[in-house]
Amino acid sequence: MKTTAPWAFEIQDLNSWYGGRQALQKISLLIPERRITAIIGPSGCGKSTFIRCLNRINDLIPGFRVEGRVLFKGQDIYDPTMDPVEIRFRVGMVFQKPNPFPKSIYDNVAYGPLIWGTRKGPALDTAVEESLKRAALWDEVKDMLHQSALTLSGGQQQRLCIARALAVEPEVLLLDEPCSALDPIATARIEELLLELKKSYTIIIVTHNMQQAARVSDVTGFFLLGELIEFAETKRIFTNPVDRRTEDYITGRFG
Amino acid sequence: MMPKRSQRGRIGEGLIQVLLLFCGILSVFTTLGIVAVLLFETIEFFREVSLVEFLTDTQWTPLFADKRFGILPLLSGTFLTTVIAVLVAMPVGLLSAIYLSEYASEKVRPVIKPLLEILAGIPTVVYGYFALLFVTPLLQKLIPSMAGFNALSPGIVMGIMIIPMISSLSEDAMYAVPQSLREAAYAMGSSKLQAAWRVVVPAAASGIAASFLLAVSRAIGETMIVAIAAGQQPRLTLNPFVPIETMTTYIVQVSLGDTPHGTIEYKTIFAVGTMLFVITLGLNLVSRWLRERFREQYG
Amino acid sequence: MKLPSKELNKILVRRYWADRVFRLCAVTMLLITLGTLAALLIDVFIDGAGRLSWPFLTSFPSRKPEQAGILSALVGTVYLMILTVVIAFPVGVGAAVYLEEYARRGWLSRLIELNIANLAGVPSIIYGLLGLELFVRAMRLEESLLAGALTMSLLVLPLVIIASREALRAVPPSIREASFALGASLWQTIWNQVLPLAFPGILTGAILAASRAIGEAAPLITIGALTYIAFLPDSLVAPFTVMPIQIFNWVSRPQKGFFEAAAAAIIVLLAVLLLMNAVAVYLRQKYQKRMNL
Repeated sequence: MKTTAPWAFEIQDLNSWYGGRQALQKISLLIPERRITAIIGPSGCGKSTFIRCLNRINDLIPGFRVEGRVLFKGQDIYDPTMDPVEIRFRVGMVFQKPNPFPKSIYDNVAYGPLIWGTRKGPALDTAVEESLKRAALWDEVKDMLHQSALTLSGGQQQRLCIARALAVEPEVLLLDEPCSALDPIATARIEELLLELKKSYTIIIVTHNMQQAARVSDVTGFFLLGELIEFAETKRIFTNPVDRRTEDYITGRFG
Repeated sequence: MMPKRSQRGRIGEGLIQVLLLFCGILSVFTTLGIVAVLLFETIEFFREVSLVEFLTDTQWTPLFADKRFGILPLLSGTFLTTVIAVLVAMPVGLLSAIYLSEYASEKVRPVIKPLLEILAGIPTVVYGYFALLFVTPLLQKLIPSMAGFNALSPGIVMGIMIIPMISSLSEDAMYAVPQSLREAAYAMGSSKLQAAWRVVVPAAASGIAASFLLAVSRAIGETMIVAIAAGQQPRLTLNPFVPIETMTTYIVQVSLGDTPHGTIEYKTIFAVGTMLFVITLGLNLVSRWLRERFREQYG
Repeated sequence: MKLPSKELNKILVRRYWADRVFRLCAVTMLLITLGTLAALLIDVFIDGAGRLSWPFLTSFPSRKPEQAGILSALVGTVYLMILTVVIAFPVGVGAAVYLEEYARRGWLSRLIELNIANLAGVPSIIYGLLGLELFVRAMRLEESLLAGALTMSLLVLPLVIIASREALRAVPPSIREASFALGASLWQTIWNQVLPLAFPGILTGAILAASRAIGEAAPLITIGALTYIAFLPDSLVAPFTVMPIQIFNWVSRPQKGFFEAAAAAIIVLLAVLLLMNAVAVYLRQKYQKRMNL
């Protein structure tokens, strides 16, 4: 893999279980900084589980357990002395279905800065505006900041969720199938946005849409039945996969 | 032979359906009955007493020689005990609900919930006994000037009685808040308290408000606790340390005596009952509307 | 957000404190609430245990506190409960069957539903006013057991209906389809298949409604039920009293001896309620097992 970037995540022998069922098996990979890494694979292959291990959001699920090491900027995030809250502060996440809080657009974006110590006032207003601009939503909502976020369209809601995550100024943005509930136009806008965002953020996106992975990502990992089958530059994965199963999947023979 | 049997069967089936429909409609008749009875006697009441006097006079003395018919003292008594009850039940109920829905482990919850439900199942006379003979003497040690009958003690006890109502309905509302909202909050690094207080509670607000209103309505309609421990002296006051009388207590007081039908005393209990019915019905309807709105929001 | 790690740590520490304080507050409040429940039970027990005896259960009330017993109230409560269940149970189950199995989603069933929900929130004393005008006066039943039971039936009817509907809803639709497939009519299906399966759940609801009925005093006082009765009701139209009224009466007297009698009566009342709820819990568990098959 040819990349000059240092690693955002170094994952070594990651295993995980929901209760007795193993979801991930011996995953090892390196995620480059300021690149878009796509995780693809058929449903149930563990790709969502994997990305949800990177900010420890899966800790909320009773019976969930991990083994192995996930180094974020050299620190093991599963180290007992690590605070998951701090990791989530530095690693933002956007979910499959847009999940804005039932509050105003402004309050949605202001939520993160508020819980991290920014007080109400001009500084907060600037933070909200900045985040909305970075999420390419500002022009559409600047005159209705105090309307309920639930009045927005699905695509706008998802960009709002991205703005909400960016407001905390994370170093990494995790996106778990962010376009699966959106129409093609809304999807295109988000992809455009991701390409813009990768200048300043490390982005990891889970997607079941192979074209999307091919369009936006720099590197791609293919998961199958909880295992990482292949991980390489996107161009190579889609033109010249090494593993037979990868080839079968991207040519649409299963999945 | 076959057609005959099935014809008889059809008639039987139809008869049963009519019978069952009647059972269902009986509840509508109950409501109509309540409204009719209250309305009839209340109209009779207002033939003798003006509405203005009823709503503005500050004395309620229908059982005395010098009869005055101002409902304000009964309203203030009801208001006072209800406010005290709600001040007790709201914070405790809401905090318990947050704790049970967001904090308590899978082992703790099934133990605490039924224990709280017991509170709702205890007959109200028992609470009355407890208020008069346990809580009042206890409070008198702290506030020696407090009378043996007062609004504070039954108010507090009533509050304890309605805690499970608030906690279980609010918990249901918080439970119905989609997990995805919690995940969004946690993914930004919220603490448990922040996720609960800034995201889950506001998201469940209409459901929680519905539970509050229902609890208020319950406290307004509660009878035996106040009849036993609050005294039976209509008094226009907001002082929680002196005897007062609630609307419900007045109805009990008159019913205990031998009040012949047709007298003005007899009609007063229906006028007071109408007031009680209108207030609680209003609260129940608003509460129901809020719950419906909440359900629409989260399917 | 660029937070220096010192700043970040400060925020984190503050938050963990807030979390801890909240948890402590919530647990303290819960403990105080449950502690009050314990205090209530212990207080009643200390006050009343000494007064509990066989003669207490088998004597009529008396002007002398040490001779007073709860026989007439206990018997009145049992009679009233049985009568209430006999009246409210078939009507309530019938209404539930209509709403669940027959009614189409139309204005009528919506009206009935809204109405039942609202009736469940009407203060019990209002039912007393209805009973007073309708049963005591219009139907000339006087302050009789029957008038009391009819009033109480209207009061618990919404509870029976709501519980029965839940039980009916829990019966899987496949049972109904199987029965229809065999050519059974709607009523045959309900009577032979659905009701037997829903029965334990309905019964649980009926028991809970009955326990509500035996704890109520206000509506019965309003219809004029007597507070002092030194005989047992011998017919449906005989005067009666019940335990909550007896307790209320004793608590309202100045002599301390009557307070003890009231406490003892409360113990008996709570024991009856506990027994009924235990039966309800037992039935619910048995019911759940069968449904899981």
